[in-house]
Amino acid sequence: MHADPAGVLTGAHFIDGDHACCEGALAGGCRFVAGYPITPSTEVVERIALRFPEVGGVFIQMEDELASSIAIAGAVWGGKRAMTVTSGPGFSLMMEHIGFAIMTETPCVFVNVQRGGPSTGLPTLPAQADMMQARWGSHGDYELIAVCPNSPQECFDLTIKAFNLAEQYRVPVLVMMDECVGHMMERVVIPKPEEIEIFPRRWTKAPLDEYLPFAPGEDLVPDMARAGQGYRFHMTGLTHNEKGYPDMTVSGQARLLGRLIDKIKKNAAALTDVVEDQVDGAEAVVVSYGITSRVAQKAVQAVRAKGLRVGSLRLRTVWPFPEHLIRDLATKVKAFIVPELNLGQMVREVERCAQGARVVSVPHAGGTVHDPAIIVQAITEALR
Amino acid sequence: MSVENPVERYLRSDRMPHIWCPGCGIGTTVNCFTRAIDESGIPMDRLAVVSGIGCTGRVAGYMHVDSFHTTHGRAIPFATGLKLAAPDMKVVVYSGDGDLFAIGGNHFIHAARRNLDMTVICVNNLTYGMTGGQLTPTTPEEAIASTSPYGNFEHPFNLPYLAESCGAVYVARWTTYHVTQMKKAMKEALLKKGFSFVEVISPCPTLYGRRNRIGDSLDEMKTYKTRSVIKNGADTKEVDLGMTGPIVVGKFVDRERTTYQDAMEAFYSRKLGNRYVRASQ
Repeated sequence: MHADPAGVLTGAHFIDGDHACCEGALAGGCRFVAGYPITPSTEVVERIALRFPEVGGVFIQMEDELASSIAIAGAVWGGKRAMTVTSGPGFSLMMEHIGFAIMTETPCVFVNVQRGGPSTGLPTLPAQADMMQARWGSHGDYELIAVCPNSPQECFDLTIKAFNLAEQYRVPVLVMMDECVGHMMERVVIPKPEEIEIFPRRWTKAPLDEYLPFAPGEDLVPDMARAGQGYRFHMTGLTHNEKGYPDMTVSGQARLLGRLIDKIKKNAAALTDVVEDQVDGAEAVVVSYGITSRVAQKAVQAVRAKGLRVGSLRLRTVWPFPEHLIRDLATKVKAFIVPELNLGQMVREVERCAQGARVVSVPHAGGTVHDPAIIVQAITEALR
Repeated sequence: MSVENPVERYLRSDRMPHIWCPGCGIGTTVNCFTRAIDESGIPMDRLAVVSGIGCTGRVAGYMHVDSFHTTHGRAIPFATGLKLAAPDMKVVVYSGDGDLFAIGGNHFIHAARRNLDMTVICVNNLTYGMTGGQLTPTTPEEAIASTSPYGNFEHPFNLPYLAESCGAVYVARWTTYHVTQMKKAMKEALLKKGFSFVEVISPCPTLYGRRNRIGDSLDEMKTYKTRSVIKNGADTKEVDLGMTGPIVVGKFVDRERTTYQDAMEAFYSRKLGNRYVRASQ
C-alpha cells in the first residue's frame, strides 16, 4: 500500500525537524493527533493543527499529557492512525499509557523531542537523556520499538517508519528526537506518494462470531478490529486471554507477556536499522545515535586523518538494541566509544554486549552538543 | 418454553458471575442501563462502553458491546479519542466516583466544557471499593473511610453542580432505589446530543455501609427511600450530600449547547471553505 496523496507535500523543502516529523506523520497516514504544548516539541503539533483540517485529520489539544497519550489509543480503536508529541516532563506523564498501548496492542506513535532533565531541566536545550526511560519508563516487563533520527530528513523518514512498525507489530513506537534535530533547518525531500510504502492496519477478516481479538497469527501479532464493526470485542489493560477477557493467573501472565515480548525479540534482526561506516577492519568503533552521531562523524574523520582505523556505527533503531551486531563486532575490535548527550545510558547496552572489548563512555550533561575534540581524545586514548 | 431474560443479550454471559459483592448497587445500575439501551433504540453495534479502574470500572467488561477497560481516571480522554475517530458511535463512559472525580477530575471538567458528545454515568458509592474503602472526593463530611479513620473533614464535591458549571447539557441524579427513574434518566442521557451526566448514588455495604453503621444493602435502600427528595429542575447548588439530611434526586439540567464536533466542523467550514476536509470514518 502507498501513501494517501492528500497528506504528501512532494518536493524539496527547507524545514526544521519538528515540521518534518509532522509531514512524516501525514505521509504515514496519521489522521488523529492529541497533544499538549511543551518546548521543544510544540512546532510539531502547531503544524499538525494547521495542516489537519485540509487533509481530513482531527487534532485536539488535550488538557494534559495523560489525556493526550490515551486519547490516541481511543482514536486507534476508532480506526485511525494516531500519535502524540511531547518532551521530557510530558514524556514522564505518558509512561502509563505506553504500557497500556503495549498491553492492549494498540498501534500508535509517541514522539519525544528530548530536552535536558530531570524535572523542568533545560526546556529549550538538547539532551538525549530519556533513552533508558524510553525503554524502561513504564512499569512491568515489555519490549517496544524506538527510532532515533539525526536530521530533519530522518525526522520525516523515521516518523513514517514508526507508523509502519506500529501497525506491523501492534506496539507503540517511540520517535526519540532531540532539541537540536527538532529545531535544525535543513533540506527535506518528500517523495511522491507512490514511492512511500505504508504498512496497512491488520484488519481482521474473521466472521463476527469467530473473532478472537488477541489470538495471534504466525508472527505472534493478532489482527485488529475497530469499534462499530459488530465484533463487540473487549479490551483491557489487565492481563487477558485471547478473547480479551481478564485472565489474572500465573499461566495467563506468562503466556501473554511471553508473546508480547517475543513478537519484538524474535524480530530483532529484522528491526535492526543501523548505518555502518568503515566498520570492517576497524580497531575501534564509535557507536552513536541522533544529533550526537553528526558530531561524532567529525571526530571520526579527524582521527582517520591521523591514520587510525576507526569505524562508525549509527543506530537509527535504538530499541530493540542491536545486540547481535555489537556482540559480533566485539570479537573484532579493541574498543567501542560511545558519545551521547547524557551521563551514560546506551553505553550500558554496549557494555552488556562488549564481551571484554573496551568500552569508553563519552558523557555530556546536555544543553549543547559535544565538542568533537572530546570525542577525538576519547578515541585516541581508547586505542593507545 | 424458554423465555429470554430481557437484559441478557446486552451482557457477556460467559463472564458471569461478576465480581461485585452481595448488596452492591453496581449490578442494579447495569440492569437499568441495559433496559435504557433497549428502550433508546441505539443498535448494540453502534454503542461503545468505556470504563476506568475500580469496581464500577469493571462494567465495560460485562457489556456485550465494543468495550474498553482503560487506565485509572482516563476513561474520558480515551472516549474522547474514540468518539472523534468514530463519530457514528454512541460512546458511554461508565465509572466510579474516585475514578471520574479524583484521578480523572481534570478530564471530566474539560470534556464537559468542550461538550463532547458522550454520556458519563457515575456510580457514586462514596468510596474506593476495589482498594478497600478509602476516602473519595464525594465522601461526605464526618464519614469513616479507611484513610479517614476518625471521620472525613474534607469538603466533598457536589457532582451535579460541578457538571452543570462545567457545561454538561444533561444532568440527573438518582439512587439505586429509584430504578425506574434511573433507567429513564439513562435513556434520556443516551439520546441527548452533547455531554450528558447521570449520577447514581449506590450502596457499598461491604466497606462504606459497614464502617458508617448504615447496615446492609436493604437498610441502605430504606435510607435512600426515606432521605430522598425528588426535585426535578432543582438548583444544583442546593443538592450537596451529607451523612444525614435530604438526598435531592431528579433531572436537574436539560439544555442545548453546540457539541465539540459540530462546533469544529462549522468553524472550519466557515474559515476554510472548500479547503476543509471532514474526517472520514
